[in-house]
Amino acid sequence: MRRIVAHEQYCIGCRLCEIHCLVQHSRSKKIIKAFRDERDAIVPGVQVEESGAVSFALQCRHCDEAPCIEACMTGAMHRDSQTGAVLCDQERCVGCWMCIMVCPVGAIRRGPERHVASKCDLCLGEDYPACVANCPNEAIVLEEDDG
Amino acid sequence: MDRAPYMIIGNSVAAVAAVTGIRGTDRERPVTVIAREPHHTYSRPLISYLLGGAVDEAAMLYRAPDFYEKNGVVALLGVEVVRVHPDERTVETSDGRTLGFERLLIATGGRPIVPGDVPGTDAEGVFTFTCWDDARSIAAYVEQEGVKRAVVVGGGLIGLKSMEALVRLGIETTVVELADRILGATFDRKASELARRRLEGAGVSVRCETTVTHIRASRGKVTGVTLRDGGRVPCELVILAIGVVPDTGLVRDSGIRTGRGIVVDDTMRTSVEGIYAAGDVAEAADLFTGEKRTIPIFPNAYRQGLIAGCNMAGGRRTYAGGLAMNSVEVLGLPTISVGVTDPDGEGCEVLSDLDEEGPVYKKVVLKGGRVVGAIFVGDVDRAGIITGLIRERVDVSEFRDVLLTDDFGLISLPREYRKHVVSGKGIVV
Repeated sequence: MRRIVAHEQYCIGCRLCEIHCLVQHSRSKKIIKAFRDERDAIVPGVQVEESGAVSFALQCRHCDEAPCIEACMTGAMHRDSQTGAVLCDQERCVGCWMCIMVCPVGAIRRGPERHVASKCDLCLGEDYPACVANCPNEAIVLEEDDG
Repeated sequence: MDRAPYMIIGNSVAAVAAVTGIRGTDRERPVTVIAREPHHTYSRPLISYLLGGAVDEAAMLYRAPDFYEKNGVVALLGVEVVRVHPDERTVETSDGRTLGFERLLIATGGRPIVPGDVPGTDAEGVFTFTCWDDARSIAAYVEQEGVKRAVVVGGGLIGLKSMEALVRLGIETTVVELADRILGATFDRKASELARRRLEGAGVSVRCETTVTHIRASRGKVTGVTLRDGGRVPCELVILAIGVVPDTGLVRDSGIRTGRGIVVDDTMRTSVEGIYAAGDVAEAADLFTGEKRTIPIFPNAYRQGLIAGCNMAGGRRTYAGGLAMNSVEVLGLPTISVGVTDPDGEGCEVLSDLDEEGPVYKKVVLKGGRVVGAIFVGDVDRAGIITGLIRERVDVSEFRDVLLTDDFGLISLPREYRKHVVSGKGIVV
């Protein structure tokens, strides 16, 4: 399956990954419109964390044994049978935040507009995840493995 | 006798996880699921959302309608197992059948407690609230009787989730709690107070340090309750939410070891070979102390069921121990509590941060350099990172001061730990 690998030594903390993730998951798909009108309605699935000189971009690890799937009380959080990605079916999510409680990475956030869990969906259907495609420094790269 | 290779009693989260666990090891041999309730596998915690109208009946299913078919499950639904006979390797059902098994999982969950010493619990309009049919019955009763006022007995998680549903239905609700605060089992005093304030702000009356001594009825239907302090609260509906006990009746005097629940080892096996237990009925080791106790929460039930299923099918997995944790929104106020939240001395140290206005309240409990518990109210987004530190018993002495800061994140943690949590298969940093 596709996996996103972060290299913190190359990350310059520019947060372009966050912006492009937001655009990719916006209704308009236009950077200016999305940033201006939809910024408060979406949280990016990738978050840049920064402390002093160190920064890195982090999104859902799509764990092989995902605690969020185990803790999800509705069955909304599930593994996509085709790709192996961990996805949240927002139609079934009721926003109980059990997934947030058990994610050791902190990769799941409360959706600001809809009361549902929001996280990285690996941009399935696209050639490259938006964060990877738009990282200027190859600090986040895509790898495929057969697992 | 034809024996089921795998028999599971129960059909909720632990049972579903067990099917998944079995199928991870054995794709072939059929699994028999026997459950008292007639429903397809459904999400029990969703019953309060159903009652409150936040989800519809179709949303109740926990797994897709073809779950049984896809997993080779023979489901006997609406059938109750009344006895387990370990020596004969059989179970006895409510419809008079005797069914044989090779491996058995008991995942019967809990039964709600109905106080025996309170007159009037048999009146119409008195309900417990733990299953789909309860939600349906309450909804029908509310509709049919035009219920305007309700009393919820018990200020724990079930009590508060039922209260929330009733508030959504526009019903004037009173919560009666025996202890001096609501959510006392999972919260500390401050978090309880913030939750109480949220309830009262929504017009809910909270009566602590008292209990219902008498449920009054007229023509068989509830008209109100009398409290221990003599006060009376008129109402047309009473929900009893004083607790749940492990449903162990089917193994009584069977030789299977029980305490409060059915005692299991770290493979989820009971005292009898080939017989396992998982979920709210199981008494398994505590993560911190190793002592056996029941921790009836959803994620533990899943994990235990998965492990039991794997081991039943000949795999080998062990349970690291249960950690109490709850995530519950109280009338829109998100809260998460994990582990020890209200230490009574014992060498614990507390770090906390409170913004009364938000409200936002965060607290971590430290013991011997490690985090053993935490509470988050209002802002829960980073709670999982703390849960991870608790579970992995990470020594936080070097960076304890950042645990409650606003920009706390994975980056606040030592590089080695960071690498550990983000490095799944194929993941490097």
